[in-house]
Amino acid sequence: MEPVKNAVKMVGLTKHFGSVVANNAINLELHEGEILSLLGENGSGKTTLMNMLSGIYYPDAGQIYIHDKPVTIGSPKDAFANGIGMIHQHYKLVDVFTATENIILGLNEKGRLNLKEAGRKIKEISNKYGFEINPEQKVYDMSVSQKQTVEIIKVLYRGADILILDEPTAVLTPQETDKLFAVMRNMQKDGKSIIIITHKLHEVLEVSDRVAILRKGEYIGDVLTKDADQQSLTDMMVGRTVSLNINRPEPVDPKPRLEVKGLTVYDELGVKRLDDINFTAYSGEILGIAGIAGSGQRELLESISGLYPIAEGEIVYHNPKSEKDENLVGMDPMTITKAGISMAFVPEDRLGMGLVGSMGMTGNMMLRSWRNGKSFFVDKKAPEQLANEIWRDLEVVTPSTNFPVRRMSGGNVQKVLVGREIAQNPAVLMTAYAVRGLDINTSYTIYNLLTAEKMKGVAVIYVGEDLDVLLELCDRLVVLCGGKVSGVVDARTTNKRDVGVLMTRVGGNEHEK
Amino acid sequence: MKNKALFHIARRGELPWLKAWLIRGAAILLALLVCSLLMVLVTGLNPFDVYATMAYGVFGTARKTWVTFQKLAVLLGISLAVTPAFKMRFWNIGAEGQVMIGALACAAVMITLSGVITSNVVMILLMFIASLAAGALWGFLPAFFKSRWNTNETLFTLMMNYIAIQLCAFFIILWENPKGAGQIGIINAKTELGWLPSLAGQQYLIPILVVAILTVLLYVYLKYSKHGYEISVVGESERTARYAGIKVERVIVRTMVLSGAICGLVGMLLVGGTDHTLTTTLAGGRGFTAVMVSWLAKFNPIGMIFTSFLLVFLQLGAKEIASVFFLNESFADILTGVILFFIIGCEFFINYKIEFLKISKEA
Repeated sequence: MEPVKNAVKMVGLTKHFGSVVANNAINLELHEGEILSLLGENGSGKTTLMNMLSGIYYPDAGQIYIHDKPVTIGSPKDAFANGIGMIHQHYKLVDVFTATENIILGLNEKGRLNLKEAGRKIKEISNKYGFEINPEQKVYDMSVSQKQTVEIIKVLYRGADILILDEPTAVLTPQETDKLFAVMRNMQKDGKSIIIITHKLHEVLEVSDRVAILRKGEYIGDVLTKDADQQSLTDMMVGRTVSLNINRPEPVDPKPRLEVKGLTVYDELGVKRLDDINFTAYSGEILGIAGIAGSGQRELLESISGLYPIAEGEIVYHNPKSEKDENLVGMDPMTITKAGISMAFVPEDRLGMGLVGSMGMTGNMMLRSWRNGKSFFVDKKAPEQLANEIWRDLEVVTPSTNFPVRRMSGGNVQKVLVGREIAQNPAVLMTAYAVRGLDINTSYTIYNLLTAEKMKGVAVIYVGEDLDVLLELCDRLVVLCGGKVSGVVDARTTNKRDVGVLMTRVGGNEHEK
Repeated sequence: MKNKALFHIARRGELPWLKAWLIRGAAILLALLVCSLLMVLVTGLNPFDVYATMAYGVFGTARKTWVTFQKLAVLLGISLAVTPAFKMRFWNIGAEGQVMIGALACAAVMITLSGVITSNVVMILLMFIASLAAGALWGFLPAFFKSRWNTNETLFTLMMNYIAIQLCAFFIILWENPKGAGQIGIINAKTELGWLPSLAGQQYLIPILVVAILTVLLYVYLKYSKHGYEISVVGESERTARYAGIKVERVIVRTMVLSGAICGLVGMLLVGGTDHTLTTTLAGGRGFTAVMVSWLAKFNPIGMIFTSFLLVFLQLGAKEIASVFFLNESFADILTGVILFFIIGCEFFINYKIEFLKISKEA
């Protein structure tokens, strides 16, 4: 074997944020022409490390070598000068610009702006690596995956030969992910070196040559992908053996709890978002909602919780205490609570809807309890106590219960949100993409919490995107496609392929159980 | 590599308050230093004399001190008024108009009812109600339109200022006294009906006390009440507020009514407590200065005592040096500008730190 050449070599990279050590003396190598997976739990320092490589942070100590030359990377510009390009989790594109305009934005080329020439170059890059892109298309017309393509071409256009992709698959469908991986392999063949950050272990195993693992800011080691499997990677990442099986007990005494009948809604532009939705959620079971992103999942949950205007249909809640039926249509969240209906909702947009980013844990606990009591003043004691319980029980990493949740890592934010919703002792618990962006360990914490709620007799509605998890965690699945129910299936007996077919079949047969 | 960046700007974590105040103190010292340099270079005056004169203009005599506190009370009062709206991220820049309309309502009661009511207590009570209601109405209108039709509150409140000022101009001519004077003159000069009484022999004490109480009340309201919590959540994200069962429209309208009512109250304090007349320049731009006071104090009512004092100090001090040293008023403005520049600029160093890069030697 020929000796490996390093595209990137980091020696002793260290970064502190205040008293927190985000990266402690990390030594990492990226070989030329290799795809390296960077693996680690939330808050293990992956993104910090990559930000130092791409010039967003500057290391407190340590040295970076690019192609065996020591370099100082003090800004993203320096990073580009060294051929390093990072594709961030959150895209930074101008909506009203075309793909071409976005790609050449910020480039200081001499002479007149030549969009045609740029478009030609973009086409050339696309053909070379197999991107599908229309350079004239405006960003606001693009799907998430197209926007990602623009971001990747942007760094290639600038001549990057070292690419960093921060959780590129988190927002993609399985098909789009396959396409991305094909492109990555083409880039690899062309001699580019790639670092990919992802939480999905099967993707790590599928796409990368080597895996490097971080844990709590420390470099744990690396392993060739061909010598690794999901279990061994998880163990290295977490530092102890974690069971990767989701425990799915049989539902105990399921009774109808929430019945959705003929639900139809329109958005503010008059587009039909849900079309005659029918299903029943039972107590003591986890009902999964599967579907391609944007098939009406958000509208469904928001309709049930009184946040979305309902055009037609009924949402009947069977109150387990009074044995009375109540129609939730026309109620807002306040009236629903006042009617004694305890519904918990973990929305998809955690910081934009479920939590107040600038407040600490205590202030966020108050979102559910602020109205309690007749006093003109808010009660801060009970929320403070609850915050402390969640802090302790769910092992939330935060300096204090008043530390703004916006500045916590993603997994901790979700623990705060899920912890608060479960603490309400709900009769119905709805979660939307509850483990999106979370690491394995936190994801399993969430699965276990949901299963525990199910065993308490709660009707759990779980909107998910990972079919493997949906099939392992849920008892039944409602499959949505284009705002319609395309099937209701038993998660124990169906398989991934069949559900995949339902996900893309508009207006399939309903109620085939 | 060429064009290497030599420093890097990074966001700070939470800075201990002591350190933050040290930075602020340093900024003020630095500002005074730059001002001194300017004075020596441009006017040849001794900076210490100038600063002493400024201080004299603010606290030099008992009379000056009372004026300072009266002006402080007015500015602080308006700043308190705009704060709940700002915390809700409702950009109310209509405080000027809300004060004016409150003042107009107060003057209207004093003038039109002077022959009807003889009791001072009843008169003042009516003035109070009228001013509060007028200010509240001026706050309600933009909020109502915002919550119903999502109109732009900044433009709306700005326009409402002009309506209020023009209404004042109209009524000043209508009630002019003496005829043809083009101004109202002192209202009820003989009977002193509707004048806020002096307390302990001090004419300005009541307005000052009212604003002091208001400061504490507003601090408690924003920090500990359910309303205050609702305001914070709505300001952060309307979607989160709806999710938590907060009626966003109601909170917006209620908060703006409060905001406007406090402005109206300040208008009444101005007409009934100090000026005893109505002019179109009664608010004198303080409705806009209040925006800065509120922001500088990061919407903390207690902090606003200091920021409004700073601005009043600069204003009165500048006036004093302009007259004592026969300086152009513009020079005083320059000094004010320099000081504010440093004070606002130092917030950058509180939120961010500059990291100088250690340029690594070739290994």
